[in-house]
Amino acid sequence: MIAVAAFYILSAIAIASAFMVVVARNPVHSVLFLILTFFTSAGLFVLLGAEFLAMLLIVVYVGAVAVLFLFVVMMLDIDFAELKAGFLTYLPFGGLIALILFGQFVMVGGAWVEKSVAAASIAAPTPAAAAVSNAEAIGRILYTDYIFLFQAAGIVLFIAMVGAIALTLRHRDGIRRQNVTAQVGRTREQGVEMTDPKPGQGVVL
Amino acid sequence: MIGLSHYLAVAAALFTIGVFGIFVNRKNVIVILMSVELILLAVNINLVAFSSFLGDLVGQVFAMFVLTVAAAEAAVGLAILVVYFRNRGNIAVEDLNLMKG
Repeated sequence: MIAVAAFYILSAIAIASAFMVVVARNPVHSVLFLILTFFTSAGLFVLLGAEFLAMLLIVVYVGAVAVLFLFVVMMLDIDFAELKAGFLTYLPFGGLIALILFGQFVMVGGAWVEKSVAAASIAAPTPAAAAVSNAEAIGRILYTDYIFLFQAAGIVLFIAMVGAIALTLRHRDGIRRQNVTAQVGRTREQGVEMTDPKPGQGVVL
Repeated sequence: MIGLSHYLAVAAALFTIGVFGIFVNRKNVIVILMSVELILLAVNINLVAFSSFLGDLVGQVFAMFVLTVAAAEAAVGLAILVVYFRNRGNIAVEDLNLMKG
């Protein structure tokens, strides 16, 4: 009973906040609604028994992706009101496309019949939740059967990191940088000057 | 009782909202990227729902890879956005004609 109520509440919040992401006037609000969508989707994942992916969704999406979005939105000095100007002109066309797409989903859903799947066609049966936790069960197949895909995912992330740094890194002239060699290689003669000023005259620098 | 079709309906709604967002925010790249994230989230919900109801863990592993690709896509997309803003001073998609394509 609680699971049913939780499903309806979470999915209603998820869909409403996803809609707000799209129509919000201020992109900062869009990002915050995106974070709310991710949180509620993580709740749906918990209801489905996928705790590990729920935590991953919060860590990766909310912790990294959404904060990255927030950072970029706040860093760029953009007139967002001007970008929002064409909203009403595109609204009928976009609404039509969305309506057609959703209608197609409904038609597919109406024609689709849920059947039980033959046990032989299940690649990695979910172990009983009482015996093995979700994270451990995923780890057991991720590091054995899917190790090459796991490595490929690491390579994808690595290339994305290198690409993002290579794109945004720039060497600007006229910026003072620390020169460690010159700093360490200084001798006493360069750094210290002994003077003998007369009283009341001071030192000329 | 909540069945598989309930979750698929939620995912379909999120997917549709994502596509709708791409169409109505034609000028704002940042919101377009967020809409793409919504679409990928809908796909993830589909994968996890099927994984849960069919008792097959591979769906969750696959959802993890989708998550990885989504994170990489967001990083590279926003990097391109920052570089574009540095060169042009705005991010209007309609003015993306540097390559005369």
